[in-house]
Amino acid sequence: MTENHERFLEEQAKKIRKLTIQMIGEIGVGHIGGALSLCEVLSVLYFDQMNVDPGNAKMENRDRFVLSKGHGGPALYAALALKGFLPMDELMTLNKPNTHLPSHCDMRLTNGIDMSTGSLGQGFSAATGMAIAGKMDHKDFYIYSIIGDGESQEGQIWEAAMLAGSRELDNFIAFTDYNKMQLDGYIENINGLYPLDKKWEAFGWHVQTVDGHDVRAISNAVDNAKKLKGKPSMILLDTVKGKGGYFCENMVASHNMTIDRETCKKAVEMVEKGEI
Amino acid sequence: MRLEKEDRWLRETYVDLLIEYEKKDDRIVILEADLSKAAGTTRFTEAFPEKTINVGIAEANMVGVASGLAAMGKIPFTHTFTAFASRRCCDQVTLSVAYAGLNVKMMGSDPGVTAELNGGTHMSMEDVSIMRNIPGMIIYEPVDSMQLKQIFPQILAVKSPVYIRLLRRNAVKVFDESYKFVLGEGTVISEGTDISIFATGIMVAEAVEACEELKKEGVSAEVINIHTIKPLDAKLVIESAKKTGAVVVAENHSVIGGLYSAVAETLSAACPVPAIPVGVKDHFGEVGSTDFLMEKYGLKSKDIIAAAKQAIELKK
Repeated sequence: MTENHERFLEEQAKKIRKLTIQMIGEIGVGHIGGALSLCEVLSVLYFDQMNVDPGNAKMENRDRFVLSKGHGGPALYAALALKGFLPMDELMTLNKPNTHLPSHCDMRLTNGIDMSTGSLGQGFSAATGMAIAGKMDHKDFYIYSIIGDGESQEGQIWEAAMLAGSRELDNFIAFTDYNKMQLDGYIENINGLYPLDKKWEAFGWHVQTVDGHDVRAISNAVDNAKKLKGKPSMILLDTVKGKGGYFCENMVASHNMTIDRETCKKAVEMVEKGEI
Repeated sequence: MRLEKEDRWLRETYVDLLIEYEKKDDRIVILEADLSKAAGTTRFTEAFPEKTINVGIAEANMVGVASGLAAMGKIPFTHTFTAFASRRCCDQVTLSVAYAGLNVKMMGSDPGVTAELNGGTHMSMEDVSIMRNIPGMIIYEPVDSMQLKQIFPQILAVKSPVYIRLLRRNAVKVFDESYKFVLGEGTVISEGTDISIFATGIMVAEAVEACEELKKEGVSAEVINIHTIKPLDAKLVIESAKKTGAVVVAENHSVIGGLYSAVAETLSAACPVPAIPVGVKDHFGEVGSTDFLMEKYGLKSKDIIAAAKQAIELKK
């Protein structure tokens, strides 16, 4: 990856972060923490790795993306708008009456969304089904999915993990947003996941752990995953919940919180100036 | 007159249809959760191994995987027992399938008392109730192989989730070639003026028998098969109830939330008449033969006759 491209991806991540804070700030409340931890991976997916075309959103051989942790919707909408799937001015309709941008992803409402998600664990099964369909039809596209670390407490995640590993779905590249927090507190204090890498390996997955806020590292991990044959890939993203929001970074309370106008304005300025 | 049972299990007709239509439409895939030997779909798998996905004992994942396949343009048919198809993966059916607007067909076998020796744990008295509450869901319960053969291509053609509540073993043959079935439309089996009997699944044969008996006593019963429980053929239900002024609803299901509820909800708004249920009276199932359990739970033709008389009495 050239340094220019790396800077471009960082810039896109910054834009996603800024827009996400603005969108949630506009309505005054939302799942800010788990959205802000996704900015870098979404930048890499939409501006570096995924074969998608906003001019032909339903292109048959496109890569698919399932945000299984559906509450990260706002960050994804920001990425989709920057990519050209949505008009930029639509972003500020988040969660307002009759919006096409609900808290949790809805494939029937939003251009560019491949699967409706929100009830945790379910999107990951759907992504597994998509990967099976790709294999069945001998297609060479990839299925990408992001799950949450808290979401990984859902049994359905492991049902799907077992199936994808067993079927050697090497067209399936998944990420865990491993920010170590969930609504009620720290993951390890509630129902610990450690050692998460060993768990995925035991389920037949190729596992990489990277800094989830380093676009180059994420992109390299995806390149590795694409080269690998015979196994699905799990990329554990070491992330910080609320990353880049001065009022919420690394705070358990960031899962779903209120943001007043003043805070929103200051947070956006700080992201723009690179002060956080 | 006692109606005769069919020679083959109803599931064999179902699997024949899967195989026949797979040859015409290769979008069809089937999903199993380690019950393909119960569903009889092993025959399909032998013919089309690459079109079968057995996820193992994981019904929630099966439904989720099916939704992903449907999102990719496949037409997936999932298979498990009615109990697991509904209550075990209620949230997955609701969100990954129906809320997402995906075209997944879900076959549940062994409805209600027909789970027989698998007993209370496997006996779904509430599956229709669960499925009926999911927006956009179509619920079809076949009566016999003649009907299933006609309805199957309609299920395939409709771009919507469908729950197929399928008796595994021999159905009683009720229909001949003269009947034409339409998904979403009730089927009038006999016309009458004193009482309307709406029946579904294995209760249709009981209703036909009850009708014969009532006739001997001078009671004119109209028997209507509601094979599509959702969307309910409200027009037919209301027309019949207006004509007869009294209703019995017979189903191999709890009296709460199933066909009786659907009919009562419809009639109470449009044509309030006495309506008596013949169904499972809010209790769990238990081990036993279908016959034994139908007797014990009051699901026989004599129970329909008693309910009909009660409804007619209430008219006065």
